[in-house]
Amino acid sequence: MRIELGLSGLLMAGVAAVGLSAATPAAAEDQLNVVSWGGAYQESQREAFFKPFAKDTSTKITEEEYNGEIAKIRAMVESKSVTWDVIDIDTQTALAACAEGILETIDWKKLGLDRSKFIGGDLQDCAVPNIVYATVIAYDTTKLNPGPTSIKDLFDLQKFPGKRGLQKNPFVNLEWALIADGVAIADVYKVLGTPEGVDRAFKKLDTIKSQTVWWEAGAQPPQLLADGQVVITSAWNGRIFNAVQKDKKPFKIVWDAQGFDWDWWSIPKGGPRVDLAYKFITYSSQPGPMANQTKYISYGPANKDAIPNVDPDVLPNLPTAPDNMKTALIVDPQFWADKGEELRTRFNAWLAQ
Amino acid sequence: MVVATSSDIVRTADGTPLKARLQRVERARKLRAVGLVLPLFLFILISFVRPIVAMLQNGIDDPEYIGGELPQTMAALATWSGQDVPDETVFAALVGDLKQAQKDKSAPLIGKRLNYVLSGIRSKVIVTARKVDKLEAGPYKEAVIAIEPAWGQTETWLALRQAGSRFTPLYLMTVLDRTWPYASNAERNPATSMDLSPAFLILLAGFAGAFAVCQFGSRGAGAAPYLFAGTLAVLFLISIQQPDAFARYGVAAAGVLAGLSCFLGYAHPAWRPAAPYFLGGAIACLGWFVVLSTTVAVDPSQAVYMAIFVRTFWISLLVTLTTLVLGFPVAYLLASLPTKTSNLLMILVLLPFWTSLLVRTTAWFVLLLDNGVINDLLQFLHLTDHPLRLILSRFGTVVAMTHIQLPFTLLPIYSVMKTIPPSHVRAARSLGAGPFYAFWRVYFPQTVPGIAAGCLLTFILSLGYYITPALVGGPTDQMVSGFVALAINQENNWGKASALGTILLVATMILFFVYNRLVGVDKMKFG
Repeated sequence: MRIELGLSGLLMAGVAAVGLSAATPAAAEDQLNVVSWGGAYQESQREAFFKPFAKDTSTKITEEEYNGEIAKIRAMVESKSVTWDVIDIDTQTALAACAEGILETIDWKKLGLDRSKFIGGDLQDCAVPNIVYATVIAYDTTKLNPGPTSIKDLFDLQKFPGKRGLQKNPFVNLEWALIADGVAIADVYKVLGTPEGVDRAFKKLDTIKSQTVWWEAGAQPPQLLADGQVVITSAWNGRIFNAVQKDKKPFKIVWDAQGFDWDWWSIPKGGPRVDLAYKFITYSSQPGPMANQTKYISYGPANKDAIPNVDPDVLPNLPTAPDNMKTALIVDPQFWADKGEELRTRFNAWLAQ
Repeated sequence: MVVATSSDIVRTADGTPLKARLQRVERARKLRAVGLVLPLFLFILISFVRPIVAMLQNGIDDPEYIGGELPQTMAALATWSGQDVPDETVFAALVGDLKQAQKDKSAPLIGKRLNYVLSGIRSKVIVTARKVDKLEAGPYKEAVIAIEPAWGQTETWLALRQAGSRFTPLYLMTVLDRTWPYASNAERNPATSMDLSPAFLILLAGFAGAFAVCQFGSRGAGAAPYLFAGTLAVLFLISIQQPDAFARYGVAAAGVLAGLSCFLGYAHPAWRPAAPYFLGGAIACLGWFVVLSTTVAVDPSQAVYMAIFVRTFWISLLVTLTTLVLGFPVAYLLASLPTKTSNLLMILVLLPFWTSLLVRTTAWFVLLLDNGVINDLLQFLHLTDHPLRLILSRFGTVVAMTHIQLPFTLLPIYSVMKTIPPSHVRAARSLGAGPFYAFWRVYFPQTVPGIAAGCLLTFILSLGYYITPALVGGPTDQMVSGFVALAINQENNWGKASALGTILLVATMILFFVYNRLVGVDKMKFG
């Protein structure tokens, strides 16, 4: 049961969590605790990595879910009671956690992998690229026909009247606003780095603010579309793919200015099973298992060698497909690490207006 | 003459003096009592007091203190005037520290802390640390500025020097929407002229009124502190929004008036009870004046936290009032019906109370959707032709929170009503009072202790709501707790989270104090 946590409650829960995890006895060597984001994504990892790895190495894999909360990793590492052995982590959190010194620095020699084979492999010191996902816009083909074809259409209320779903975060939304306002994809971060650029992006967002429903969890946008709450929504491409493939929903993705970003494997510092964690990352970074994952969710394998093994029918759905790469907006992690707080504050102030 | 012998002292059977014996028994009993209380006391100390103290501490004792990473630079900056870009010695010290930071991999942390004041400096610090590693010999000043022009700006150094003090008001300032004049989020075009707007004059009139009532009114001493506190609160809210010169002079004027009132209050015995409040007000004004003089408002596009605090208190107040309006008649019904019927109704009240909060919130989510049960019904009845915005709005938040909080308000009122003898109202009626008069003058005043307890409980619990506004509220309904979670989970900024908690705690305590003065906590009854 979830209970409302007041302020002291939050801190109390933190203390309680630390106390509980400290009480957990150190497990045997042949057990590995992997933490990911749940839902269809973790399911794909279960099929492609967890099950085969458990079978091949006779390791018992226990799974947990989280929401990228850096505070949880920090509490574990600082209290020296690390129970998470491998975590699936997003770009921003990996950068921040690495700076905090709460993640192991990755030794690529120990992994036995060729770093240059990985898309974005040299972007992080404490993380191994795992998949590439895209923040896309999607629509229901039964409601909009012809549907939107570019990011400009997201902001075009005349052509496509109706509610929009957007993530409650400035991330990617501001970039889209600028691109729809005529900024070239290559110049987005240069423009967004200036106060005038930020003003311009918010001004563009203003035009659809009253028609926007804000989502927070990745499972929400397909649901918003299915419920008819919105006619167009931003979403993570894998979630839409999943809704189309598994639930036979008539959704379509628009591949234009999609936000290209990574998920990563990381190892919290000071865990009891670091060596096994390395083995697991090596295993799940092999072309075979990585290509296998695309059967379950349409995220692009970070290992370039996996591409030849991917089912040709699935390939066009991946953010890493050559055609999709042409229109991609590569989300700049350094920009967001620098300006994230300022822009988030402004975004929250803007939302509250 | 009576000689006191040892036989005069009353002894127990085994020969020890009774007094000593009694003391021993008493002490043993006290120890047992303490022993019984001790586990709870320790539990509260460890699980409640300690985290709160840690939170208060984190708000000012910088959790991201970087002075330790830059010892030479901080020492060299001690003699810096703050007017111009520092000289070579400071740059040499910075290069030394950054080389060490590069070795310790602490450059991102230095960057992150400075980024709170100067947005965008983070990556510049990291790049500088990487590049100065290759600098062999001086002069460093030109070389470092060539690497990163930001080091040629006074603001960077001001921010750096500020970050070198362990105790910092930065986080508290941030959540009050204030910042340093050199910070990147400072107001871009601050108004400099003093604006004697009508609001200002009204405030001055308020203070003058409080002052006059206190000094010359016949029964003023009692009312003046409230008048004064109210004016102070209005001034506080206005001073956050208004240009600085205006706010500063307003606060200064208030402080002077408060100080004067305090002084005169002590001089005149009749008004003495009010004097401590004025003293407190004068000290608060002084403190706020210092804050206003040393900081500036953040740019309006960055001002978010004061609005969130106001919103949190406003939603809590709305929820408290709706629970009272809905709960009072039900409590009356429960208390006046025969036990058999009232027990059945009580189960209806308590059943939702025993259901998980998340379940109830989700239920409201389903009910309030655009194509949910309520909207479908309204459209079926042709009361509306398009779905009403029930969810993701203030309406949804207040409805869902009211539902959850209703028992908290209702139960104390009910248990107080149970103790009111029905004969009181009957007596009033028999003496000629009308039904409403009897209720209002005889029954209602006796329920006030229950109302006070229930409302206080609901109000304070509502302040901490997190899940419900997040699920059924819109972007303008998120309350303080949501932003605490955001700061901790996403931004990794414990200082800001603690400062938000501190302000909420302090504001709640002030309100509790006022509430106590108005209602009296000792008069409250939970049952």
